[in-house]
Amino acid sequence: MSAAPVITGLGVVAPNGLGAEAYWAAARSGTGAIGPITRFDASGYPVRLGAEATAFVPTDHVPRNLVVQTDVWSQYALAAAAWALDDGALAPGDLSPFDIAVVTSSSSGGNAFGQRQIQQLWAESPKHVSAYQSIAWFYAASSGQLSIRFGLKGPCGVVASEGAGGLDALGQARRLLRRGTSAVLCGGTEAPISPYALTCHLPAGQVTTSDDPATAYRPFASGADGYVLGEGGAVLLVEDRASAERRGAAHLYAEVAGYAATHDGRVGPPADGTHLARAAELALADAGIGAAGVDAVFADAWGTEAADRAEVDALRTTFGERLADVPVTTPKAQVGRLHSGGAALDVATAALALHHQFLPPATTAAGAWQTDGARLVTGDGLAMTLDNVLVLARGYGGFNAAVVLRRPR
Amino acid sequence: MSRRVAITGIGVVAPGGIGRRAFWGLLTAGRTATRRISLFDASAFRSQVAAEVDFDGAAHGLPADEVARMDRYVQFALVAADEAVADSGIDLGHERAALRTAVSLGTAVGGTTALEDGYVLASDTGARWLVDPGKAAPWLYDALVPSSLAADVAARVGAHGPASTVSTGCTSGIDAIGYGAQLIQDGEADRVIAGASDSPISPISVACFDAIKATTGRNDDPEHASRPFDKARDGFVLAEGGAVVVLEEIVAARARNAHIYCEVAGYSTRSNAFHMTGLRRDGLEMAEAITSAMRQSQLDIDSVGYINAHGSGTLQNDRHETAAFKRSLGSHAYRVPISSIKSMVGHSLGAIGAVEVAATALAVQTGVVPPTANLERPDPDCDLDYVPNDAREADVGVALSVGSGFGGFQSAILLSDPARYPR
Repeated sequence: MSAAPVITGLGVVAPNGLGAEAYWAAARSGTGAIGPITRFDASGYPVRLGAEATAFVPTDHVPRNLVVQTDVWSQYALAAAAWALDDGALAPGDLSPFDIAVVTSSSSGGNAFGQRQIQQLWAESPKHVSAYQSIAWFYAASSGQLSIRFGLKGPCGVVASEGAGGLDALGQARRLLRRGTSAVLCGGTEAPISPYALTCHLPAGQVTTSDDPATAYRPFASGADGYVLGEGGAVLLVEDRASAERRGAAHLYAEVAGYAATHDGRVGPPADGTHLARAAELALADAGIGAAGVDAVFADAWGTEAADRAEVDALRTTFGERLADVPVTTPKAQVGRLHSGGAALDVATAALALHHQFLPPATTAAGAWQTDGARLVTGDGLAMTLDNVLVLARGYGGFNAAVVLRRPR
Repeated sequence: MSRRVAITGIGVVAPGGIGRRAFWGLLTAGRTATRRISLFDASAFRSQVAAEVDFDGAAHGLPADEVARMDRYVQFALVAADEAVADSGIDLGHERAALRTAVSLGTAVGGTTALEDGYVLASDTGARWLVDPGKAAPWLYDALVPSSLAADVAARVGAHGPASTVSTGCTSGIDAIGYGAQLIQDGEADRVIAGASDSPISPISVACFDAIKATTGRNDDPEHASRPFDKARDGFVLAEGGAVVVLEEIVAARARNAHIYCEVAGYSTRSNAFHMTGLRRDGLEMAEAITSAMRQSQLDIDSVGYINAHGSGTLQNDRHETAAFKRSLGSHAYRVPISSIKSMVGHSLGAIGAVEVAATALAVQTGVVPPTANLERPDPDCDLDYVPNDAREADVGVALSVGSGFGGFQSAILLSDPARYPR
């Protein structure tokens, strides 16, 4: 068995920070970015809060001709990927183009672009539909554009499992690395705050209708009634260990030590932690450690009482009597749920936590935690020794995934 | 040595016939299922031809509430999955079996058709940019996220292993089956319900391909509109459909005396890093994908007895692909029978890769190669043996199926008869 793959570059577009450095500063200090939706006039919608990446100006990061033919979701991916490659100092020529792949996750594609074109069609005529519709809205647009922009000819892929997608993309990247690919740009982004995409979210009943940014999304709190939608995500450079060392990669943030995914065998929002616990157990076994080896958990933190209870149940199954000893954090409390981008961002955050040996906090104003014995990290976060962290993710529709990241040795 | 993967069950929902028998009957008879679009009034569109499935979910055993909630492409997948599971004879009723069963399903455009319907409803037929949230249909979230496909199939068969939707555009079907094979090889699952489904025949999808003239304009002759490798080809024919296969670890499949259609002997994909829709004429990246799949299989190039081509019938694809076959297989490219079933069942975007794997598996098993219909005068740039118009008996043994899609993705999967090619 070859050595575990390593994360060597990070690119982040988050509502509370652009670039891994700015994002880490915000996450570390618990700086939030939830506020009124400004992308459109949401006053007539039952959901009026979001976590928008408003600092992101597409033309600052993406060539103008590419901005015209892409949805903002792909623009986030293009910017994050450029940062990840830059951070990893992977230059063209270091590897054959066929040895570098792209795997992204998407949950709602280029929905704003798509809405505009459907409107053109129905309000005007078929001839008013853009020639770029066929390449901008579909779920593979980001992987395709990353491959083209950076000249990557390896086995590119796209996976979708809603909020678990970021971890499943990492799982697929690992399968490619095992088969001889040297490096993978891997992650996910999402741009769910458009009029129609927001409308599509409503019937699922998982997004909070609260108007108070300070208390709207409060995972694990009593009375938690839904999440806030966030924009952005992360793209990571993940490499075969030997290849990364050969080319002298500047950073080894973390080893991808374990991964597993399971399905609840039922659809809808999470209602039971049985198969989430099994994903955690399988990922730990894959990493060759037991629950006793886990120093901290990055929770999925759905933000409804039922789903949060299911996650605490899973943690109790996993850690048993150690439950109160293992710090659990959820920096996504500051930025909402980014769907395909969310789990990718959690992996970036966990890699940064290992790198800095610091666990960023979950900060919400809610006081009455329903963690039932689990130890949620709040306040100023925790400076501590971190060797192994467990990242959990779930997706609407019954998806569970878990990743174990390890401090590189 | 990694674990090996067998196909032990096949289910198909295709234009012109539901179920693998009807599907195979259509293909081997060389009949085409392309026609004027009937699913909506297409008179205002440039391309008005499609290959549609005459489908009634309730008639195929889907409960009424599921038919009301689920998009058409999900229903195709459920019906195909039911057929594949029944065909394989696997029993997922045991807890232990369910835990080791994965789901890997592809789709290119997912719930677009339902999303468009929902938008028309909520926006007063496109009049409002700020749509009326009060008019949100109850199934809209399922339509928005393509993961609904994997979720609904996992729930239907009761799988508790890893599940995900694969959405790599028009290579989604091959890739979903390829990823499924990787799950078994790597020990992440023992069996995988793998395939793909798409139902893109809606105004927005037709309009978006109209805009780039990718689809045929042969509206006055729909039965002969899909013409891969023919000199008079003028674009692909949009289609819908789905196919699902059961993948199993081959030792376990043999232990339970399963019927094995073929082995998945190799799978690979490459990207052209060139253009979202354009293809270079040299076929380099598709050739690389084929060569990589061949290398995994450790089979000789000369053993390839059939190629199921992407053969979309666009001007650039058929040349690109022909070049890729020559580049990867050398002189053997001139000897091996090649055909495109898109000539008969159209191009169902992400689904077609799985539909074509089903056809390729049936070719390996039966020793019959389906033809390329409507091939009357070959393009001089397409100078290989495309099995024009009539099915042919052939000593297949090993077969390749390839796909090419927007985003620049090129995929290849190699199927072999494990009795003759034990590897």
